[in-house]
Amino acid sequence: MIGPRIGVVTFPGSLDDRDALRAVGQMGGEGVPLWHADADLRGVDAVILPGGFSYGDYLRCGAIARFASVMDQVVAFADHGGPVVGICNGFQVLCEAGLLPGALIRNRSLRFVCRNVWLRIETSQTCLTSALTPGETVQIPIKHGEGQWVATREQLDLVEGDGRVVFRYVSPAGIVDDAHNPNGATNNIAGIRNAAGNVVGLMPHPEHAVDPDVGPEGGQPLFASLLHTAGVTV
Amino acid sequence: MTAFAFEVLVTLKDGLADPQGKAVESALPALGWSNVAHVRVGKHIRLEIDAPDQVAARTQVEEIAERLLSIPVIEDAQVMEVARS
Repeated sequence: MIGPRIGVVTFPGSLDDRDALRAVGQMGGEGVPLWHADADLRGVDAVILPGGFSYGDYLRCGAIARFASVMDQVVAFADHGGPVVGICNGFQVLCEAGLLPGALIRNRSLRFVCRNVWLRIETSQTCLTSALTPGETVQIPIKHGEGQWVATREQLDLVEGDGRVVFRYVSPAGIVDDAHNPNGATNNIAGIRNAAGNVVGLMPHPEHAVDPDVGPEGGQPLFASLLHTAGVTV
Repeated sequence: MTAFAFEVLVTLKDGLADPQGKAVESALPALGWSNVAHVRVGKHIRLEIDAPDQVAARTQVEEIAERLLSIPVIEDAQVMEVARS
């Protein structure tokens, strides 16, 4: 049996596309490289927008990538319920494209932060957390300079009120507190979903956390969820 | 068609924390300026545009400012016509 086909988009300046493809393969899926100038998604079952610095992050992170021709297809795919995951820079692209609310601004500390963090799962109603139970915690690395998620009052009320927070930064014991908020994100929010749960954006990097040889394995249940969802959606 | 020049000033909305402004503000006392407050850092974009008239030019620049140069969730964009260089 061939696993679900997961497309990973490479923009000029993407960094983590190879890791994402590798993680998909390690978890039993088939990674399909997609190019920013592509006019179609090659029939994939899910799409990952990877981390990096697309188009040099000029103007704003993700602002130029949003207008790449492949993004028209990604938006249409998402509108039809296809699973789309944006990691780090990919999360910024999803916000810029209007698929997710809010925006990512400079870390509160003004410093680039690179370390493992603990995340608490807030909902299993997404393509990325269906194999997890709310309240569970996973350890995954972050590495970003502009990861502070902010939103308008109305957007925040909707995201919190409608259960669209997917991940929060927490202590190892699973407690939300300021000491474990690495970037100043509103309400310790590390990742959110759209209304349907088929689009998820997060700052942490699950693709760097599937191989036990090189770090924590908190990314495994996330990729397992994505592969499962992608397999069902086909 | 006539060429018009504009400047677009993009700033974080009032009330939003501005980490860059804060960094600048906290550096000032070290240089002896302890009477400065409310520092905000923004972006300045200058562009020239060919359009049938001034109104059409401004309308297009305002659309550019809203769709690309700023993200309305967190930023305000102010469009000003300037003399061509």
